[in-house]
Amino acid sequence: MISVRNLSMGHGKTTLLRDASFDVERGDIFVVLGGSGCGKSTLLRHLIGLETPLAGEIRIAGVGAPRLEGAAPRYGVMFQSGALFSSMTVGENVAFALQEWTHLPVDAVGAIVRAKLTLVGLEGAESKLPAELSGGMRKRAAIARAMAFEPNLIFLDEPSAGLDPVSAVELDELILALNRNLGLTVVMVTHELESIFKVGKHCIMLDRESRSIIARGNPEQLRRESDDPRVRRFFNRETSVPQWQ
Amino acid sequence: MTDGEILDRPSMVFDERLSLVVGMLQRFTWQQTAIDDTSARIELGGSITIDDAAALWKRISETLVHVEGLRKIEVALGRVQMIDGACMALLVQFRTDLRARSVVCEFSGGSEEVGRIVHLYGGRKKVGRTRAKRRPRSAIEQVGTATLAVFGEAKQILDFMGRLVASTWHVLRHPKSLNLRDVGLTMERAGADAAPIVLLINFLIGFVMAYQSAAQLKQFGASIYVADLVGVSMTRELGPLMMAIIICGRTGAAFAAELGTMKVSEEVDALRTLGFLPLPFLVIPRMLGLILVAPILVLMADAVGILGGALVASLTLDITTTSFLIQLQSAVKASDIVSGMIKGVVFCAAIALISCQQGLATSGGAEGVGRRTTSAVVSILFTLILLDALFTVFLGLFGI
Repeated sequence: MISVRNLSMGHGKTTLLRDASFDVERGDIFVVLGGSGCGKSTLLRHLIGLETPLAGEIRIAGVGAPRLEGAAPRYGVMFQSGALFSSMTVGENVAFALQEWTHLPVDAVGAIVRAKLTLVGLEGAESKLPAELSGGMRKRAAIARAMAFEPNLIFLDEPSAGLDPVSAVELDELILALNRNLGLTVVMVTHELESIFKVGKHCIMLDRESRSIIARGNPEQLRRESDDPRVRRFFNRETSVPQWQ
Repeated sequence: MTDGEILDRPSMVFDERLSLVVGMLQRFTWQQTAIDDTSARIELGGSITIDDAAALWKRISETLVHVEGLRKIEVALGRVQMIDGACMALLVQFRTDLRARSVVCEFSGGSEEVGRIVHLYGGRKKVGRTRAKRRPRSAIEQVGTATLAVFGEAKQILDFMGRLVASTWHVLRHPKSLNLRDVGLTMERAGADAAPIVLLINFLIGFVMAYQSAAQLKQFGASIYVADLVGVSMTRELGPLMMAIIICGRTGAAFAAELGTMKVSEEVDALRTLGFLPLPFLVIPRMLGLILVAPILVLMADAVGILGGALVASLTLDITTTSFLIQLQSAVKASDIVSGMIKGVVFCAAIALISCQQGLATSGGAEGVGRRTTSAVVSILFTLILLDALFTVFLGLFGI
């Protein structure tokens, strides 16, 4: 689905990742892991096409290099805060791309919007403004918007960050359901361990110090078998906060 | 801290509280003894909490002044009953400052509870190298950096202008991609909603200008020329300029803040992922809306400014409205009104350009939005005056 070859990325003079290569298979739930500041979200922005790599190549099946503007969306994106357009209702947010890129009549768009909102468990919330929704609902609405154009690939930036445990689990289940039932390929950035083990099929772990991918594979397997101390530290929640013994 | 201690606090008399705050009263003990010529021991005792922080800091500052000749200081916490985080932070800072003066400082002793706080605040860690102070920058360097920053900003605005021209070409080729909803919204918010304040301010400007000049003109028996003065200056200069200043404050700031907030909340990125180009979708409709309302607002500004002048003329100079209008007709040419309208359009285009550029260049949260909004308004005001000067020179050259 996605193939990344020799990717180097960074801002200005700082390089965050050097010479990284990996593949995402069709139907996978692919998780990008790593501590704060290691460039997880930046990597996602590169995969989406919001940033240009310093070197290397990213190819998405059926799209080529990630391209965004000037054409109907080829993949869905959910941002960390949801990034719903605050001046529009939830329904208008979901309908937005459909109205622009299709010639569907208004009532057909309305039907699709309602179906997408029901899919994410937000039936009846069409006429609400994003400010009236809770954090979890906003993220689900953002997923509905990302799903509006029937993509077969979706990018999620920290879906469960800042959510209460129940909403986080609900969101994880939604991601699993979409993956199982629609065959949706999911690429997500997260550092919530529960979520990683629950939904992640494959993962890569980025490291700030070495600016490279330090582990790849199934999250459960990595937790059990990795002998890299950095990977073990991440999966076993070892911290650097002073502890009193 | 136990509940008992919390409950005790309100009973503290005001004088005692005040003394604690200014560091006069000290509830803990601080005993410094010399071990030998180069080392000393500070024995702390009692309960040291945030209320004692001022007194503790005073002690620390006094001690730091008199450390010459010392190589080592031991801070003994054995008799401390309790210490809170704030005071521990001060002690850790004391140790860092001593280190900077080449004095080794160590914490020793303390109950388990005290030990926890010491550990949590890094008191058991070895002191690393103290961070090198940032080199102060000379005035010349600061002026140089600021000048380069101005050029950098100007370059960014020019770059944005180039991209905007390319986007306009895109919109001309694909008229459907124009966000008409925002054009209408901008016209309503920046035009219709701004009309009352534009009318009021320009009426007062015309009124004041006529009033100020009336006394001077009367001395020469040239009262009737108040119509020329008000008419020409309102249509050519003040009408468009005052309108632009109001639009800058109302709409320019709003554009910068709105787009800035959209940028920092990733709405602009979301727009891109849905296939929309930010410039045709966000900037061009706003610019178009402003450009469309500009001539109307200028005409309204001219009219009420002249009305203000006419009112003064009839009230204080005994010039009838009819003679004022006849004089006005001979003084103000169509080219004056048209050049004022063109000015207004150019001013509004500049307002939209700079405010949208600044908005989309925002980074770093709420503070970034505030900074960009301020800088948008300042840049616009400067640009307006600069454009006005350029207009005056060029129109003068062509004799318009």
